[in-house]
Amino acid sequence: MDSNDARRRLTGVPRLSQMNPLSRREFLRRMGYGALFVAGGPTLLAACGDGTGDDAAGCTFASTNSGDNKQINFANWTLYIDVLEDGWFETTSLEDFEAATGIKVNYLEEINDNDSWFGKVQGQMTACANIERDIAVLTDWMAARFIRQGWAEELNKANLPNAVNLTDSLKSPGFDPNRTYTLPWQSGLTAIGYNPQLTGRELTSINDIFDPAFAGKVTMLTEMRDTLGLVMLGMGIDPATPSLADAEAATDKIRQNVENGHIRRFTGNDYGDDLTAGNVVAAFAWSGDIIQLQLDNPDLQFVIPDEGLMLWSDNMLIPAGAPNKDAAEQYMNSVYDPRVAAKIESWVNYICPVKGAQQAMRDLGAEIEDEDLVALADDPLIFPDQATLSKTHIFKNLDEEEERQFNDLFQAVIGA
Amino acid sequence: MSAVGREVSSSAPTAAWRRKLVPYGLLLPGGLWLIIFFVVPMLRLVSVSLQTGIYPRYRFAWAWSNYAELVTNYGGQAVNSLVYAFLATAIAFLIAYPLAYFIAFRGGRWKNFLLVMLLMPFLMPFLLRTLSWKIILADHGLLVDLLKSVHLLGEDGRLLATGVAVVAGIVYNFLAFMTLPIYVSLEKIDRSLVEAANDLYASPAVAFRKVTFPLSRPGVVAGTLLTFIPAVGDYVNAVLLGTPQQFMIGNVIQSRFLVVLDYPVAAALSFTLMIVTVLLIIPYVRAAGTEDLVA
Repeated sequence: MDSNDARRRLTGVPRLSQMNPLSRREFLRRMGYGALFVAGGPTLLAACGDGTGDDAAGCTFASTNSGDNKQINFANWTLYIDVLEDGWFETTSLEDFEAATGIKVNYLEEINDNDSWFGKVQGQMTACANIERDIAVLTDWMAARFIRQGWAEELNKANLPNAVNLTDSLKSPGFDPNRTYTLPWQSGLTAIGYNPQLTGRELTSINDIFDPAFAGKVTMLTEMRDTLGLVMLGMGIDPATPSLADAEAATDKIRQNVENGHIRRFTGNDYGDDLTAGNVVAAFAWSGDIIQLQLDNPDLQFVIPDEGLMLWSDNMLIPAGAPNKDAAEQYMNSVYDPRVAAKIESWVNYICPVKGAQQAMRDLGAEIEDEDLVALADDPLIFPDQATLSKTHIFKNLDEEEERQFNDLFQAVIGA
Repeated sequence: MSAVGREVSSSAPTAAWRRKLVPYGLLLPGGLWLIIFFVVPMLRLVSVSLQTGIYPRYRFAWAWSNYAELVTNYGGQAVNSLVYAFLATAIAFLIAYPLAYFIAFRGGRWKNFLLVMLLMPFLMPFLLRTLSWKIILADHGLLVDLLKSVHLLGEDGRLLATGVAVVAGIVYNFLAFMTLPIYVSLEKIDRSLVEAANDLYASPAVAFRKVTFPLSRPGVVAGTLLTFIPAVGDYVNAVLLGTPQQFMIGNVIQSRFLVVLDYPVAAALSFTLMIVTVLLIIPYVRAAGTEDLVA
């Protein structure tokens, strides 16, 4: 008995290197068959990968309200609802809602970025699977995409009596003219945030951002509609009705300023770090961020430019097939109670889409005897006056083809 | 004895079969894993890369033109990827080798402590680590002021939002992947071999060149691969520390995939990136010797 046999008996397993040549070849051959079997997949895969979207027409979502409506899953952005820490109140608006209705809200801070969240759920939505989210908060254009794909449930207006409190300027956006599918969660302004100490002068125009004195010290936003919209306003183009040629003109202007090093970066809300650190002196910025950043650096200013500024909103919608639709609508309705809205707003600091919230915030401030909260109700960036609102513009509701073309142009300019 | 013999002979065919099947059985878990999570997605990737259309209506069309876009539209980013990854790997090696050498040969009773220190930054999230570089390299930070005062950096010079910052970020983020394999192979070296070299009148430099370094080569090969491969595909450092001029191919894939919803081109770029990386690595591993990788 040779030692190989002994070892084989000990372990009961022949090693690959100990097999005789024939059986090793045989082994590899069989593995080859296996690989061939797998490689036969492409036909199959080409078939299933072909026309991903056509499947969408072929499948249907589960009917809503399949759940017990005792709890909802609420997907929202980070730092986008009132919490106790740094807040004004003893309870949060979510706790109030749970106490009043017995509906548990699983609040998920899982949206950092419209595109990434879309990337996460699109596979399941395309296959009409339940993503187990009863409410998702999405920016206008992403909400538009959900509606276009048939991925949003129609709201039952009977469950939403408070929706009458929706502010007039947001009642009929292009992507959802009758607010059939969506209700705004917050809206906000996009314009220029800057540090007057570092610019050495007051900024009044969008085109001030192209001042050669600020070379390499300005940033713009990766959010296409905000950046293109502002640049277009500066060029005298109406962002509500841009043609492809207008988009090309605006991206050309941005490209020149990228290539000569004038524009330092394109950012999400991380422009805040650069602005407070002084790496950047002026940036395309969101109003709510600047209010927050002013706590760290009171010098920072938010300009309402002469040419106008952009208005956007993030909208609550119910993804198709949501299991607890009634409970979700009950929650949406509660948010449109001015007192609840005021409470959320006292922490979030974007623009409140609910009529009466300003007065409610003053009342709440008086009740807890806090002058700061009363004063917050008069912040023009949270409750903008009519003069400011009349200067706001909403970007065109692009169709699929345009969205692709505009994105192509813009992404090429911002480096990718 | 005869009873045992009879039992063996009666069950011999089954045992033989079992012996034949066992290797396949052992391969099954790993093989299935590879097939489900690598081969199938890869085939799907190739299939998507040959489609055309607008989201979500892509159709399969043998669209090889998707592959041409790498050269026609994204040549700059591809070059950035290769150059930054190469520089970062080289710099990481120059930092990691002496570091690993010191820990392995001079660490003494501090060895474990030093290794923990090396890994400590990895307890912090990747994004935070990268963002901290923004503080170090800030336009009005200590480092920039220092470099300006010795005129290594012009009056308007900056480090942040340049290629320097991107390479620095990559080096830092992958340094441990370079250091640990080198440390392990240095640690394994039998000291008496070095002593023998010294006994045979090799100077310390010669002993290092002829004994220590060749024996540590498996670690060097593993370390450089573990750094280079992820560095080529990295995009976070370019976003946070660079400008659009520093963007790498990973940024393009990310934007094509998530923002433009151009899955076919994103897939074609991903697949090409993989092939190019493999093509670059094969001659390297060949030259370094495959045994080194598995030794």
